Amino acid sequence: MKVTVDQDKCVASGQCVVAAMEVFDQREEDGIVVLLNAEPPAEQADDIRHAAAVCPAVAIEVRD
Amino acid sequence: MTSTVNPLDERDAKAPEYPMARAAGCPFDPPPALRDKQQEGPLARVRLWDGSTPWLATRYADQRALLADPRVSADINRPGYPRQAPMPPGGTGVSFILKDDPEHARLRRMVTAPFAIKRVEAMRPGVQKIVDDLIDELLAGPNPVDLVEAFALPVPSLVICQLLGVPYSDHDFFQDNSKVIINRNVTPEQRSVAHGNLLAYLDDLMGEKIARPVDDLLSGLAGRITAGELARDEAAQMGVLLLIAGHETTANMIALGTLALFEHPDQLALLRDTDDPRLIASAVEELLRYLHITHSGRRRVATADIEIGGEVIRAGEGLILANDIANRDPDVFAEPDRLDLRRDARRHVAFGFGVHQCLGQPLARMELQVVYSTLYRRIPTLRSAAELDRIPFKHDGSVYGVYELPVTW
Repeated sequence: MKVTVDQDKCVASGQCVVAAMEVFDQREEDGIVVLLNAEPPAEQADDIRHAAAVCPAVAIEVRD
Repeated sequence: MTSTVNPLDERDAKAPEYPMARAAGCPFDPPPALRDKQQEGPLARVRLWDGSTPWLATRYADQRALLADPRVSADINRPGYPRQAPMPPGGTGVSFILKDDPEHARLRRMVTAPFAIKRVEAMRPGVQKIVDDLIDELLAGPNPVDLVEAFALPVPSLVICQLLGVPYSDHDFFQDNSKVIINRNVTPEQRSVAHGNLLAYLDDLMGEKIARPVDDLLSGLAGRITAGELARDEAAQMGVLLLIAGHETTANMIALGTLALFEHPDQLALLRDTDDPRLIASAVEELLRYLHITHSGRRRVATADIEIGGEVIRAGEGLILANDIANRDPDVFAEPDRLDLRRDARRHVAFGFGVHQCLGQPLARMELQVVYSTLYRRIPTLRSAAELDRIPFKHDGSVYGVYELPVTW
């Protein structure tokens, strides 16, 4: 699984961090998304897909 | 000369009024007419207070698509924007929730840091203490008591005051003015006066923060003013927005949520008997979905032609996304009208969707998790002291809730 994030689109809702804390974090200065792991293991797939689904800015892309 | 009736005009003439009324005896459910519209099709025309007939979108998937669509504008000053109320005399400045990118993003990003998940988590022990202290006071005070005044309003007011750096001792002033601003039935003049009062108050506070900055959100904005990145009136506008949004919404969720739980004793028992943070978090999402207090629709205007389900929304036409009925869409939530704290409700749109989704949602979630996991455990006999039909609901509020909730224990 490959994950990409678009920091320009991100609105810092933090929902990805709640869904998958191992994969997503937020910049200290403005809460914008930081990708911790672009190729996370399969057992995190459900959480990451959920993060992408609830991202209000549609800023997370997931490819298998 | 023969006159022909344009079918579009005919449809406009039949457009039902919006907002619609809830059914008597069903204070937790969206208006039945909204459900009818959702079943009939993706889009319908509705009539607003000013006679305009914007589109109403009722289905979950369509609403999410539209709210995330860059051809959809939140700019209240664009022609065609479906206003909730008449423009106040002389107009008022608006903060970033009623602006588009890039201006929206520029301003919003100045206040996102304190709402990051880790920063909000760090506030949890302080919020727990606020909640515990207020419950101590509640138990030591009169019984029955109005839960709104004694608990539901003080919790988020204390929290947002601390975060922004607003003196809580001014709460009567800012709560009274907030109430006017979010009431659907006040005159534009009354709303304008209340908004002006809060703006002047926040402007004074900004002056103090510029002179003596401390560690709070308004001081952060003061630093940006000093650095030339932000105008003082923009900062005051943002302060008003965050102060109102920070206490009104959460207060309504606390009181209305408690009442909904009184009406669903099996669900209340779940919360009373658990210390599982996953169940508590799930309960918060479900109550957000089920109650959906922002019941006046998300308002937008199309900037280009957009096709949805065979209909075309023309550039310049207004759009209302009724998120309350989207959260009851049976295509997304099975048995949508059932309150089920164990369901996975995390996809709800109670905070909206798209770039304008609620900035304070991590704080709101954390506050509600603390409240719902504490109040009923500490006062296990807590119950309503009034019949449901005697409780004053905020049918006239742009945010739904109850004006009073007498409780006993």
